Amino acid sequence: MKLHLRVWRQKGREAEGQFETYEAKGLNPNMSFLEMMDVVNDELTKEGKEPVAFEHDCREGICGSCAMVINGEPHGPNKAATTCQVYLRSFQDGETLTVEPWRARAFPVLKDLVTDRSAFDKVIQAGGFVSVNTGQAPDANAMPIGKEDAEKAFDAAHCIGCGACVAACRNGSAMLFVAAKVSHLGMLPQGQPERGERVRKMVAAMDAAGFGNCSNQYACEAVCPKEISADWIGRMNRDYAVSAAKKL
Amino acid sequence: MKLDPRIPGGPLADKWTKFKTNVPLVTPANKRKYEVIVVGTGLAGASAAASLAELGYRVKSFCFQDSPRRAHSIAAQGGINAAKNYQNDGDSVKRLFHDTIKGGDFRSREANVYRLAEVSVNIIDQCVAQGVPFAREYGGMLANRSFGGAQVSRTFYARGATGQQLLLGAYQALSRQIGLGRVRMFPRHEMLDLVLDEGRAQGIITRNLVTGELTAHEADAVLLCTGGYGNAYYLSTYARGSNVTASWRAHRRGALFSNPCFTQIHPTCIPVSGEYQSKLTLMSESLRNDGRCWVPKSAGEKRSAAQIPEGERDYFLERLYPSYGNLAPRDIASRAAKRVCDEGRGVGPSGLGVYLDFSEAIGRLGESTVKERYANLFSMYHEITGESAYESPMRIFPAVHYTMGGLWVDYHLMSNIPGLFVLGEANFSDHGANRLGASALMQGLADGYFVLPYTIGDYLSKQKPGGKKTNRQAEAFWQATETVQARTKKLLGIRGTKPVSDFHRRLGKILWDQCGMSRTKKGLEQGVEEIRGLRQEFWENVNVPGSGEDLNQSLEKAGRVSDFLELGELMCRDALERDESCGCHFREDHQTAEGECERRDEKFSHVSAWEFQGEGKAEVRHAEPLSFEEVQLATRSYK
Repeated sequence: MKLHLRVWRQKGREAEGQFETYEAKGLNPNMSFLEMMDVVNDELTKEGKEPVAFEHDCREGICGSCAMVINGEPHGPNKAATTCQVYLRSFQDGETLTVEPWRARAFPVLKDLVTDRSAFDKVIQAGGFVSVNTGQAPDANAMPIGKEDAEKAFDAAHCIGCGACVAACRNGSAMLFVAAKVSHLGMLPQGQPERGERVRKMVAAMDAAGFGNCSNQYACEAVCPKEISADWIGRMNRDYAVSAAKKL
Repeated sequence: MKLDPRIPGGPLADKWTKFKTNVPLVTPANKRKYEVIVVGTGLAGASAAASLAELGYRVKSFCFQDSPRRAHSIAAQGGINAAKNYQNDGDSVKRLFHDTIKGGDFRSREANVYRLAEVSVNIIDQCVAQGVPFAREYGGMLANRSFGGAQVSRTFYARGATGQQLLLGAYQALSRQIGLGRVRMFPRHEMLDLVLDEGRAQGIITRNLVTGELTAHEADAVLLCTGGYGNAYYLSTYARGSNVTASWRAHRRGALFSNPCFTQIHPTCIPVSGEYQSKLTLMSESLRNDGRCWVPKSAGEKRSAAQIPEGERDYFLERLYPSYGNLAPRDIASRAAKRVCDEGRGVGPSGLGVYLDFSEAIGRLGESTVKERYANLFSMYHEITGESAYESPMRIFPAVHYTMGGLWVDYHLMSNIPGLFVLGEANFSDHGANRLGASALMQGLADGYFVLPYTIGDYLSKQKPGGKKTNRQAEAFWQATETVQARTKKLLGIRGTKPVSDFHRRLGKILWDQCGMSRTKKGLEQGVEEIRGLRQEFWENVNVPGSGEDLNQSLEKAGRVSDFLELGELMCRDALERDESCGCHFREDHQTAEGECERRDEKFSHVSAWEFQGEGKAEVRHAEPLSFEEVQLATRSYK
């Protein structure tokens, strides 16, 4: 199997970038997309050229490191999968693929396909937690939580922080990411004491980081590898409105 | 060298309480004068950094990933053990302690393991308070499932992503402290050396992975929470970035490395499909609650699974280990799978695979219940193999998953270098020669939330904060920075013909063949020779393109692989010197008539601890004897 690749190359944050073309040959359809990138990089190394920088770590869809836009789609063509979970069997032999980094104002490119997503960490640091010190906890079964509530909280908490939602959004909005954390904690009894303050602080940090607003296109939900529902955004907006009104 | 584990006196069950009661304290006003470096942000690192900051210490936290949330604890699937006895099935601290000691084939330290079992209950409380969405029963109480090597249900879980939820809990606790300004976070920073002054850990040298800048960081204590070294095998279930560099560079500065040959091969992973493969994916042990392992009874079977009638299937774990069945511990289940494959009864294109079959469970529980329990694992399997495990059995094979060995620590989790503490998978202390499922998460969080915050007080209370700002100390930092610079320059200057991955793959193959599931004297000796040759070739012919002054992933990999090439030799040497079989370490010349491990307690009831002697020189082996007061040494049986 063979693929033609157009890959975004950019030396550094301030540098101009451009596409470069590579031929990936002798591929096996059971290879993962990132394994193909490994092969391309080893070839470039042998030719004395610098390999393509790209982010990856667990290669099983949970760490949230990998982040490539393949033919215009964040994480490529598969539904509910990260870039590392894309296999070459999803493509036609001889196909041309365009590979780009996440593109969003809040995620500047550091090199080639690597972007700086630390804005997400800043949003969590602003309030994405329950303020409980080590050693302060009561017995775990002292606070019953219904099975359905626990499952729903998990659905929101399953977000891997990859940023595909931001990359897919025409406004570069982080509403899905923020809403998932706000909802995970806001749905559980442990998260109630700080519920209002949390949403206000996280939204303020989100705005300060340069993320755009939501205009209800749901592109975020469509590309999310963990299928986080855009309904959470509605829930966050409600929490925010209630909390802001209470403060007045 | 005399190794003092500093185990408190008194009865086993009272040791930790006694320790906590008597440990010297640092007053709140003085805590803020001490600075602590924490390297790594997995379960151990994030929980330690957060807890220390909450106590009032000043903390600097480092990780090589772009965010502390991405440390590889995130990928743990199945669960976390705790002796809560919520199921009323006879569990207790003592039983968890006993299962862990036996599971480790009597090669771990009793006092550490007992403490681990004791604090396990607090971990669950802490995580629930943070909002970790553990699985619940309809009545709102926490749910449990069973894991290997236990006859009770003590494993707490959050679908198949328990590690993710626990890590996010610890990451959020850490983030709160960062937001409050009590932790300074350094993502995309890799520790490349440890700095000592008068034999004490005084700081580290890091490389900024974006700019290439080297920085010296001073502190009153250094914590390594940098995980295991399973990536020495190249193919493993570890993240691609997981490495031994922080531990190894500390080892080169004098920290002893214990039991490097104790490496866990997990029985249920998706089999290798080709040469290009970059990593192996685990299928959680929790699947063995409902999945049954089998192979055809006769060798050379060509029919598909569905065509093989019930009577011609060998449910080998149920046959060999009737009382634990499919939940036999990992080392034992892996060896059994290897053996049936060696007999020519393996399945799949390579013959290196066994079936993990859910048809009985689907019949008994219905597909929807099976889906509810394991959906994400079944879909992962489908993505990778293109096959549906609802329709035909999964094919699985053992793969490198965890390392029980690591830097030597005492009861305080301090290495032999004063001021250098080692937590989580990076230390050696709790799992002996085999770790039980769902115990890694337990240990990481126990060390970080509940052990280290106490034990570090003992060390710091005896130190003057801020250390001594002497010329000699400045010289030590300068010298360490020079060492790192020289190594970087050397790697970039070789410009040979082969990429780093070529050497890593070959090292992995040597280790898998000679220091894997089955080991022999001859094979290990050959392994040592081959690795030496490979290391030499690496330093002559590796090609590391680019420069040291920007983001250079080839350079990062080269540095890590250069350390694996040194560690690999030590792994083989440790396996060679341990002339017995125990847990994961199976020497073919020491087995029972039934093919199980044959320990030699009279000679090897100890922990090995290797001392670095300088580049190219043979390391010296020390030993810490293990004494057992509570448990009776016995041949481990799961029959």
